[in-house]
Amino acid sequence: MTTSTATDARPAVLAEGLYKAFGETKALDGVDLRVDRAKVVGLLGPNGAGKTTAVKVLTTLIRPDRGRAFIDGIDVVAEPMRAKARIGLTGQYAAVDERLTGFENLEHVGRLFHMPRSEARERGRELLERFDLVESADRVVKGYSGGMRRRLDIAMSLIARPSVLFLDEPTTGLDPRSRQSVWELIEELVRGGTTTLLTTQYLDEADRLADEIVVIDHGRVIARGTSDELKTTLGGDVLEVTVAPDADVERVVAALAGLACGEITVGAVGAVGGTGSTADVHGDKVVVVPVLKVEHMVPVVVRALDAAGVAFSDVAGRQSTLDDVFFAITGHAAEDASDTAETSPKGKSGKAAAKAAKQGKQGKQTEQMTKEAGR
Amino acid sequence: MTAVTETRADPIDLGPARIEEPPTGFIWVIKDSWTEATRHLRAVPRNPELLVFATIQPIMFIVLFVYVFRGSVQVPIDYVQYVIPGIFAQTVLFNSAFTGVGVADDLSKGIIDRLRSLPMYPSAVLIGRTVSDIVRNVVTFAVMLAVAFAIGFRFQGTVMGAVAATGLMFLFSYAFSWIQALIGLSVGSVEAANSAGFIWMFPLTFVSSAFVDVSHMVSWLRPFARNNPFTILTNACRALYNGYPAGSDAWVALAWALGITVVFALLTTRKFAQSTSS
Ligand SMILES: Nc1ncnc2c1ncn2[C@@H]1O[C@H](COP(=O)(O)OP(=O)(O)OP(=O)(O)O)[C@@H](O)[C@H]1O
Ligand SMILES: [Mg+2]
Repeated sequence: MTTSTATDARPAVLAEGLYKAFGETKALDGVDLRVDRAKVVGLLGPNGAGKTTAVKVLTTLIRPDRGRAFIDGIDVVAEPMRAKARIGLTGQYAAVDERLTGFENLEHVGRLFHMPRSEARERGRELLERFDLVESADRVVKGYSGGMRRRLDIAMSLIARPSVLFLDEPTTGLDPRSRQSVWELIEELVRGGTTTLLTTQYLDEADRLADEIVVIDHGRVIARGTSDELKTTLGGDVLEVTVAPDADVERVVAALAGLACGEITVGAVGAVGGTGSTADVHGDKVVVVPVLKVEHMVPVVVRALDAAGVAFSDVAGRQSTLDDVFFAITGHAAEDASDTAETSPKGKSGKAAAKAAKQGKQGKQTEQMTKEAGR
Repeated sequence: MTAVTETRADPIDLGPARIEEPPTGFIWVIKDSWTEATRHLRAVPRNPELLVFATIQPIMFIVLFVYVFRGSVQVPIDYVQYVIPGIFAQTVLFNSAFTGVGVADDLSKGIIDRLRSLPMYPSAVLIGRTVSDIVRNVVTFAVMLAVAFAIGFRFQGTVMGAVAATGLMFLFSYAFSWIQALIGLSVGSVEAANSAGFIWMFPLTFVSSAFVDVSHMVSWLRPFARNNPFTILTNACRALYNGYPAGSDAWVALAWALGITVVFALLTTRKFAQSTSS
């Protein structure tokens, strides 16, 4: 066996039993992760799940209390410098120096990777071209839009051709168009063979970009698998049948059992995540049916319910959201998780407010995305 | 919306990973510190308003103190010659607060996260920042010196003495910039770094011999005012600018500056190794 095949066989990222607590909060509670070369793993979870903490541990920024992590077989705690030479990090908030131009930002990071000045500049120009930033290359970043900053930010973490790329919520806070362009960019990188670990709060994002999805909540891995595997177990899309409070839910469930690809759940309107297309009539119940594809399903459901002779007030189909995944796995919606995270003791009071603002923005964005997908 | 036209761009092939072990030793420190310093120095001419504000305040102080207090404050020498070294020292020290604000800004924007993920010499971030901040301070000092000369201040000692006094102030300010960097890393926001950076420097610089004769202060303030390192620094600079013997003050002030630098460089470096945006 030659050295090179040995190197190739090593996973690019390997983490075992990562544990990290901040006071009472267990940010990571025994997380195992593995990213193979040229693969993309998506770490999916709600606010406060521990995504950023995991990324920070893997990129040497935080020491885990317990557990080990390796980049290309290098222990990040024992040999942080060697690990750092192999990674590119794009943090949750675009880490660009607003006072410098896009080009200068790139050159600067290249220089800190100890590239010769000429090489740093050449790579910088190449990346500006690839990332569609040539026109703004010599403008100070202060005037850049959010999407441009994000692209520059990703370019900066690629300047030294890292062995592994870490992207922490690469599209959070971007408008749908910038989101689309960042997605395309990541897809191009992925097809070029860049090994990537990305975190996200959006199922559709993980679905689109990742080979394998790892779902985490409260610092624990609660599900993992390919997007198809998760969809088969959790249901790809969702049909919601709204019935009156006194309706015979049993019969509704029985009528629809043949259509579902997973467990049918029943809840009060508003208890399950989603777009909530039904009017918020007090006491109405909603039967949530996981299906692989929602297209053409609504008429089928209506006929099935009519045939069974049960009354219902509405049938709506939608793509499944992170909340559905959470509901299916944990029996509680994702909001519960973020609520607990936000009321947990925390050093900085500003963070909760910032998070709330962020969530508001995201909510709107998800809605827009869903609408767009529906058109 | 129009029909979906799938336009797949070319894959971005980054080529083989470019893994280079970082250099070692002193070269590593110098190289990375300089790279970081250039990040800040490039920005200085782009933010002229920062320099303007950094110079307006000392000019106001010179004019206010000299003309408001000149007649009413009892000091052994001409008040202009007395108070201007104190204002110089105070202003140069106050400028150290910019270091803390800059560090807090980098931290809150996630820039420190990125830098800490790079194979760079860790404290190069702090060395580059503190060293580049000297430049802004030099500009402020030059403007202040010109204003002081315009209202009648003169070096009455040797040129060497004036250079030594100025150097001493800058060493002190450099030492303080490490304290400020620690504050910047600890408080987490630019606004907090700004307040926390200035608040303790007011009593430190005012309860001193910089503006008044310490022996005229209320008795309970006197012990602090006399032993305040800022008093020692001001006394040393005043003696050197005015051409009378500084005695041990210059050496004690130098020792303070070096001591603070060493202690706080260690503390701040340790703090930096755990600093990450929240
Ligand atoms: N420095 C810290 N001090 C105290 N608590 C922290 C700190 N960093 C994270 N936490 C807490 O640890 C938990 C996990 O946080 P983390 O930032 O990893 O979550 P996340 O999945 O990235 O969430 P988000 O989607 O909001 O970015 C949260 O409850 C958070 O409040
Ligand atoms: Mg996060």
